Amino acid sequence: MSKWIPLWLHKLGSPPTFYRFAGAVRPWAMGLALLAGAIGLYGGLVLAPADYQQGDAYRIIFIHVPSAWMSMFVYAVMGVSGFMALVWRMKLAEVVAMESAPIGAAFTFITLVTGSLWGKPMWGTWWTWDARLTSELVLLFLYLGVIGLYHAFEDRRQGARAASFLAIIGVINVPIVHYSVVWWNTLHQGSTVNVFGHSKMAWDMLWPLLVMTLATKAYYAASLCRRARTDLLALEGGKDWVRQIAEAEATP
Amino acid sequence: MAMNPTRKRRLTIVVVVAIAAALAISLGVYALQQNMNYLFTPSQVQSGQATQYKTFRLGGMVKAGSIQRSKDSLQVTFTVVDAGGAMPVEYTGILPDLFRDNQSVIATGHMDGARFVATEVLAKHDETYMPKELKDAMAKAHADKKIEEEGNGERGAGGG
Repeated sequence: MSKWIPLWLHKLGSPPTFYRFAGAVRPWAMGLALLAGAIGLYGGLVLAPADYQQGDAYRIIFIHVPSAWMSMFVYAVMGVSGFMALVWRMKLAEVVAMESAPIGAAFTFITLVTGSLWGKPMWGTWWTWDARLTSELVLLFLYLGVIGLYHAFEDRRQGARAASFLAIIGVINVPIVHYSVVWWNTLHQGSTVNVFGHSKMAWDMLWPLLVMTLATKAYYAASLCRRARTDLLALEGGKDWVRQIAEAEATP
Repeated sequence: MAMNPTRKRRLTIVVVVAIAAALAISLGVYALQQNMNYLFTPSQVQSGQATQYKTFRLGGMVKAGSIQRSKDSLQVTFTVVDAGGAMPVEYTGILPDLFRDNQSVIATGHMDGARFVATEVLAKHDETYMPKELKDAMAKAHADKKIEEEGNGERGAGGG
């Protein structure tokens, strides 16, 4: 295993190195998120033309779809780092998995709320128990379960491992969310954007959506960096490198 | 990061439990796929697949020209069709904005003789998004092509 991983990646796994790395990455990621978010929203809400059948109401797609993608992407990251936390007991993997959960839960919540707001005028209902909506709601409950289980333990590292286990089991729900519109008859429409193949959206509408996808990814990176830094300081509270940082900040 | 025996054991436990859970959930999903019908199409209803349900969802397309609105109430009657069947539907209430000819709809309700009495009508839209100009241009190109083909056909017939 150790032969495949380059040395710098090995070093990145150590808390002090990652603390500095995350500190350097965060402002750039946040800047990219704000810039791409501004461009994407302007492109989507102002520049993009109205849809032929939904008029202006479709514009909520520029929030809804990037959030929905993130709700699944963050879960996948949480599952993979949870797996690493369980097998290799990597402190950083535990931190990444546990600090991803609230961000992913927020994206899932935004997806459900915007979907509901979109559903009322277009479909005629706020909510229906079709496979796509139900599996996305299950995803929210999985996130909340992971957060809850993590905080139910007095020992943080023990809690992180228990919650990682739940996260890994829940990964099976991610493909169910994605393929629910294919496997079942649903009220929710199928996928518009296809990575391999033709997307069913005019380019004038598609590019703001892709820019918004970049913005949400960058926001996740920035938010995760900040949360992981705080968590690492708390976890490694007694260590020398943390004391050095604390002393450097104390002396003006 | 090396694979010492403890890590190997943990890896085995995690992988085995994850595979077992995935298998259990996949079987559950597979079973649901056969039973969990969100809707029935008119031909499915007419072939008796929905008889076990008192209320169910009927899905299909609104037949063009079949919408008849009552003059003094919110009552609407229309026909829902799929590839192999048609079903008259009666509904009283407010319809979603997208309800119109040739729109996919999902109606919840029950059978009353050969009629379906709906308590809720939802519009299902597809995953295609484009500006109106593009849609009109595509519709026009499609119509032109059709006329051209028909024209060719007539000429061909005339020549023969």
